[in-house]
Amino acid sequence: MGLLLSLLSGLIFGAGLAISGMADPARVQAFLDIFGAWDPTLAFVMGGALIPMAIAWKLRKGMKKPLAAGAFDLPGTRQIDKKLALGALFFGVGWGISGLCPGPALADLAIAPGPAAIFIGAMLGGMALHKITVE
Amino acid sequence: MSLPGFPDAMPIEGLLGGLLIGLAGAIMLLGLGRIAGVSGLAARSVGIAGSSKARALAIAFILGLPAGAWMINRFYAEIEVHFPASPLPLIIGGLLVGFGTRLGSGCTSGHGVCGVSRLSPRSMVATALFMATGFATVGLMRLFGFMS
Repeated sequence: MGLLLSLLSGLIFGAGLAISGMADPARVQAFLDIFGAWDPTLAFVMGGALIPMAIAWKLRKGMKKPLAAGAFDLPGTRQIDKKLALGALFFGVGWGISGLCPGPALADLAIAPGPAAIFIGAMLGGMALHKITVE
Repeated sequence: MSLPGFPDAMPIEGLLGGLLIGLAGAIMLLGLGRIAGVSGLAARSVGIAGSSKARALAIAFILGLPAGAWMINRFYAEIEVHFPASPLPLIIGGLLVGFGTRLGSGCTSGHGVCGVSRLSPRSMVATALFMATGFATVGLMRLFGFMS
């Protein structure tokens, strides 16, 4: 049941990325390109995604445990530290250079497997590098 | 429908796709009690982070992503994508995205969608920062002639 729900969540997420135009790195980059031909589509995607999620957080308040798991397993860190800031900075630069973040890159394996795989290979390399050097 | 002044924008498709992304996050939260953060799930799926218990769930989600995009491309509308011509921005971008999302504990989905909707101060700060550096990076690329 849990596996099926997780797969379903991934399927809907991937479908949403494809429909919204966010699978296209050029469109994402055009959102970040305020001095060029600015494309505001990403703001609509963010706005749309926040609605069901805000409702879900409200519903979660009245639940003792999730529908198909024993307990909630949610991040509890509250600290705003150097790691968070530096990580977000690195991520923002990489996002700008490529027009890709993890979700669209994985979804693009079905649309443009070659370039998507290059990005994902490098991304996993970056994650492994973090594990080796920081953790 | 297009947005006046922005001929390339897709406001309706963006909103619709965004609602689906939020629905996917809601299923993960209310069904499994977890955050639909793609960078964390990707790391867990290959064993870079997390326990073995969570690994199978992460793999299922990560397989779902391209499958969902494939279904839209096949049965709904052809999805157009434009990648950089050279592999260099993909490699540099990928390394920075991978390292940065681990260091900062999240990306556009985990911080930007799940965390911001939770009104998590950490996620709001992270989202403001990666948005700002994204804008600055592309602005500099335009200044130095890397944007067409």
